[in-house]
Amino acid sequence: MQLKTKLLLSAVAVSSVLTSSAVLAQANEQFIGLPSYRVGAYAAGGSGIYGGWIDYMSLINERDGGVNGVKLSWEECETEYNNARGVECYERLKSKGASGNTVFQPLSTGITYSVLDKVAQDKIPMVTIGYGRTDASDGRVFPWVFPMLTNYWSQNTAKIKFIGMKEGGMDKLKGKKIVNIYHDSAYGKETIPLLDAQAKKYGFTVIHIPVSHPGNEQQSQWLRVRQEKPDWVILRGWGVMNPTAIKAAAKVGFPRDKMVGVWWSGAEEDTIPAGTAAKGFIAAGFNVAGANYPVVKAIQDNVYKKNKGNMEDKSRIGSVYYNRGVVHGIITVEAIRTAQAKFGKGKVMSGEQMRWGFENLAIDSKRLKELGAEGFMPDLKVTCLDHEGSGKVKFQQWDGKEWKVLTDWIDADKELVRPMIEESAAKYAKEKNITPRDCSKEG
Amino acid sequence: MLYREAGQFKATYAADQQIFPIRQDRIGLMLLLALAFVAVPLFASEYWLKAILVPFLVFSLAALGLNILTGYAGQLSLGSAAFMAVGAFASYNFMLRIDGMPLLVAFVLGGLTAALVGIAFGLPSLRIKGFYLAVATLAAQFFIVWILTKVEWFSNYSSSGVITAQDMEILGFRFDSPESKYLLVLAVVTLMALMAKNMVRGSIGRAWMAVRDMDVAAEVIGIRIMYTKLLAFAVSSFYCGVAGALYAYAYLGTVEPEGFNLDLSFKILFMIIIGGVGSISGAFLGSAFIVLLPIFLDVLVQDVFAGMLAPSIASNLQLMVFGGLIIFFLIVEPHGLARLWQIAKEKLRLWPFPH
Repeated sequence: MQLKTKLLLSAVAVSSVLTSSAVLAQANEQFIGLPSYRVGAYAAGGSGIYGGWIDYMSLINERDGGVNGVKLSWEECETEYNNARGVECYERLKSKGASGNTVFQPLSTGITYSVLDKVAQDKIPMVTIGYGRTDASDGRVFPWVFPMLTNYWSQNTAKIKFIGMKEGGMDKLKGKKIVNIYHDSAYGKETIPLLDAQAKKYGFTVIHIPVSHPGNEQQSQWLRVRQEKPDWVILRGWGVMNPTAIKAAAKVGFPRDKMVGVWWSGAEEDTIPAGTAAKGFIAAGFNVAGANYPVVKAIQDNVYKKNKGNMEDKSRIGSVYYNRGVVHGIITVEAIRTAQAKFGKGKVMSGEQMRWGFENLAIDSKRLKELGAEGFMPDLKVTCLDHEGSGKVKFQQWDGKEWKVLTDWIDADKELVRPMIEESAAKYAKEKNITPRDCSKEG
Repeated sequence: MLYREAGQFKATYAADQQIFPIRQDRIGLMLLLALAFVAVPLFASEYWLKAILVPFLVFSLAALGLNILTGYAGQLSLGSAAFMAVGAFASYNFMLRIDGMPLLVAFVLGGLTAALVGIAFGLPSLRIKGFYLAVATLAAQFFIVWILTKVEWFSNYSSSGVITAQDMEILGFRFDSPESKYLLVLAVVTLMALMAKNMVRGSIGRAWMAVRDMDVAAEVIGIRIMYTKLLAFAVSSFYCGVAGALYAYAYLGTVEPEGFNLDLSFKILFMIIIGGVGSISGAFLGSAFIVLLPIFLDVLVQDVFAGMLAPSIASNLQLMVFGGLIIFFLIVEPHGLARLWQIAKEKLRLWPFPH
């Protein structure tokens, strides 16, 4: 009985906390809900990215006193990378803060899909940087969703361009053989139609080999690679699948510098477990690694010196995931700035105003230099028509100790990708009875 | 004192055989249902309806399904999430491909499809038992998720393999507000829980329990083993299938096969272990424990300890407390929360004069 009363009391306490927390939030603060994940299989990515992002927002608060005087506030909600928990977090964060949540960035393709319809109803922009629904790049059908910087299809064309460069020209791709090793899931399968289209266009052959989740056993797949003797291997991996693939490649003697990974296979957490086998491995990325960029230095000076940093393991500052979080921070803060320029400086932006900010976001190379992020991330310009905004990636190579930048920004093959995006978005619009916006009428 | 049954005489067989023979139980349940059907939609916030109560009810239904199979018929299964996936994808396809398909019929057809698949994967149960059967149902878990990813027809050729549930509409009424969705789910769950309760206390349930307790003896007294076991698989999968359809339509809206992974199956299994194996109320208690407790812990940690703990410690702390509580409850009462409730009721019947 005692136990029951105690349980009841604690339940009452928790529910009172639930209702009172909204009152605590202060006015004149821009609230940003963070559906983070710091436990489970993808904790390395989650803690790095959300850590970098929070650190950048702390930098803005500490150094600049907020965005035009509006301080940033945030709260985390643990999703465990689980769709159902993600929806719960979305609903919980929605009404927090002075003006409610004003941007939702779940860092999970699954959660992205789960809240896709909800964000439009609730008027909260959803920004998915480097993941999520590819055809949401068509802003006419998806006004509330921003798959920014680059989507999977774009980066895949950049990858083929990179391989073409290495071979000495796109015409040299003819007759080459490329193996696509992919994680057998919605995420992994997404680039297959595009690779097939490119194979037809450039005359190379492509062989798709699936690896079932989680991918810690790949002997048969790599035996097949050895039989096929491809010129290049594209690794579309995820979590533990990446180091396993690199090690398996070493075992069958496939050269690692002919392996090109997606950005979810291109972090320190993917190469260090593979040991010396990872040396030479190449991966795409829309942000680079390294702590000697001015923006990262500013975080060190203004946040960590005051002991307000978010990362417990300070050696991870400047890692690929951490820097990706800083990119998330930059884009979010610049969107607030853009929105404030239109709707009133020093005011708290609503979700609708934030959406305008994202849709009219333009960060050119001059602005990047001011931010201390030149070469750190690509320049971008979002429009009503194009919610992707950039499509550029850099390629980095693992030298055994750290990632070394190999190329400049490589553009995606927009002529190939855009019609496919529009076709897919139009199909979605038809299915859901959405009338696409007329972009010439958007202000 | 309040919970005395003295003076309640049963003068007819019907009175003796009703689901809740004690009057206080009947009144309590009526109050609970009135609360759930009237007070909750009136007073609960959107967050509570959308993010807490709907998933709680959906998982209660799934746990109920597994409890029929594992708790009553004694067949261990690790494929519940896969059967949920079958229900969700089948309902989606029935809605998509047949013009004018009524929503509830699509749910039932989704459940029936799951039942057929359940029967197919229940066939090994005729030869193998216990942990070996668990491994066979594990095959169902992996095979179904794989085939839903592999065959693009199931997801209507969407490039990423996800499906987006159609709008819910019954007889011209659109279920798009949080209250209406909640009420729809609540109605379905209440009805199916009532059906389950009646099934397990009738001849079917007795046959299941006989098979669970000793299948050789059950066969000797004339219970058809094959029919009984496969019926348990079918009914259980039907419940899971409908739960999956509700999960897709009333909760998430968009689902991918990967969402119905082994993790979810384990979660449903833990629900019935914590809640009480072989008990209808146990499914609800277990679902409340597994679905709601982590959310409460997260809210507690974020709001009360905000800033005091490093973020990764805060997140891991929730898991540790959650795990600790599971162990605590299993030590205190290995038969689950439903058993605790039962003990409490028995004590209440004597209270305040235990002698």
